[in-house]
Amino acid sequence: MVKELICIVCPQGCHLTVDEEKDCQVSGNRCARGVAYGKSEVMNPTRILTSTVCVRSALHPRCPVKTDRPIPKKDLLRAMTLLDDMVLVPPVRRGDVVIAKVLGHSCDFVATRDILE
Amino acid sequence: MTERYQLIVIGGGPAGLGAAIRARENGLSRILIVERDVELGGILNQCIHNGFGLHYFGEELTGPEYAGRVTDRLEGQGIDIVCDTMVLSIESGAEGHRLCLMSAKEGYRFLDTKALVLAMGCRERTRGAIGIPGTRVAGILTAGTAQRYVNMEGYMVGRRVIVLGSGDIGLIMARRMVLEGAEVLACVEIMPYSGGLARNLVQCLDDYGITLLLSHTITRIKGKSRVEGVTVQQVDASLKPIEGTEQDFDVDTVLLSVGLIPENELTRAAGITIDPRTGGPVVYENKETAVDGIFACGNVLHVHDLVDYVTEESEEAGKAAAMYVLGQEKEHPEKLEKEAIDVVAGPGIAYTIPQKIRPAGESEKTRIFFRVRQPYKSPKRLVLRDGEQIIASSRRPYMAPGEMEHLMVNQHMLEMIKGRTLVLSVED
Repeated sequence: MVKELICIVCPQGCHLTVDEEKDCQVSGNRCARGVAYGKSEVMNPTRILTSTVCVRSALHPRCPVKTDRPIPKKDLLRAMTLLDDMVLVPPVRRGDVVIAKVLGHSCDFVATRDILE
Repeated sequence: MTERYQLIVIGGGPAGLGAAIRARENGLSRILIVERDVELGGILNQCIHNGFGLHYFGEELTGPEYAGRVTDRLEGQGIDIVCDTMVLSIESGAEGHRLCLMSAKEGYRFLDTKALVLAMGCRERTRGAIGIPGTRVAGILTAGTAQRYVNMEGYMVGRRVIVLGSGDIGLIMARRMVLEGAEVLACVEIMPYSGGLARNLVQCLDDYGITLLLSHTITRIKGKSRVEGVTVQQVDASLKPIEGTEQDFDVDTVLLSVGLIPENELTRAAGITIDPRTGGPVVYENKETAVDGIFACGNVLHVHDLVDYVTEESEEAGKAAAMYVLGQEKEHPEKLEKEAIDVVAGPGIAYTIPQKIRPAGESEKTRIFFRVRQPYKSPKRLVLRDGEQIIASSRRPYMAPGEMEHLMVNQHMLEMIKGRTLVLSVED
């Protein structure tokens, strides 16, 4: 199958085509970085996931979190459900692990701000 | 009773923080930051997505992390901070500037300062600004308001959503709403191109299968007390809706991402000259406005797409404010004003920052920031001319209005200038 994507490595936004039958051959790119992006985007696309969790604080009812590494794109919505029942108690520090080993991947959900009271 | 500061910074977002810290590093000891929210960090606090700081910190941070990194630098600096406080007015005199402040805790009070940095940021255009016909129902929000509700206050704003405008906040919120369980039926953009960054089109719309309708707009909002649906129509080259292209969307929420306006009510009332193209003050190369000792930086000056550039710009403003207070400006500003060169936006260019350059000023290098008027998909040259003579020129493979560009001008180039104006234009 041939997939069409827009390269997001730089602002040029090259329109890439990636041929899955020909060892993910990339065309339409204007530089070598487009090849690497095109291949990984087709073979195993990953994203950092950001969201919020509940926190027992009068001033800040939600604490923002992120996965500290990118996770496979297909797992994004499933990872979101892990946050639903989570309740944090202050003090929360930026970088604190909120959920370890998200869906068995080697990455954690971490808090992205301090909530001290 | 009044207190005298060397520098007061209005706004505790990235621009205000950058300016205050750099002013401190350049020798000022009595600095105050005034913030109207209950905490520092500005709009970064609600921008929980990642993509900030690649340029300035060399790593990808979320908005709250970027704000955290910057506020950490305040630690031990002895910079005064007041939150939950509005600046109501600025009055400028020979001795400096007097601010009138208002807060629930301290009431109404005056503070004096030698220099002032304006860092009030910007706000979103609303339905009223673009005049969408239809009923005045609940469920119509700016994307940034929805972002605050969802990300900070923990309220879900709708279940079936349409986004009008393809600015970055709209794209980011389209993804956010899907992740929180809503259905986003489309993102509708009146122009034939998107105003957002390419990475956001990919990661926010394409990733979640959200349709982007270019050259379309919402022509009617229906509903009694809550949005019950909208009509979308295609537009022609003059942006007029085309009859017969109506399609209805069954939505309960309309999110607007239709542009940002620098928040300059205070600036105008203080008699500072505003550039109608940017909506922000006219500034010199050191970010000083038309009023002596008042500087401006960040989104109050012109709307940025990357906070990294806001930080850099605010550091320039903070340093310049410190030099002003410590009397290190090379010459009297009135004399410099006579030598100021106007930077003019020529064909293809929407605006430039700064609008004026004083060749004898402090800066050894001046970065002229600008936006182009339309997308250029093929390589073009940017040319800065003094009459017929080319002062600087640079080739760009690709340019779009959504991505701010800059051109570097050094002292040597400025010394070559014979005329009073420099014209920046896009050429083949």
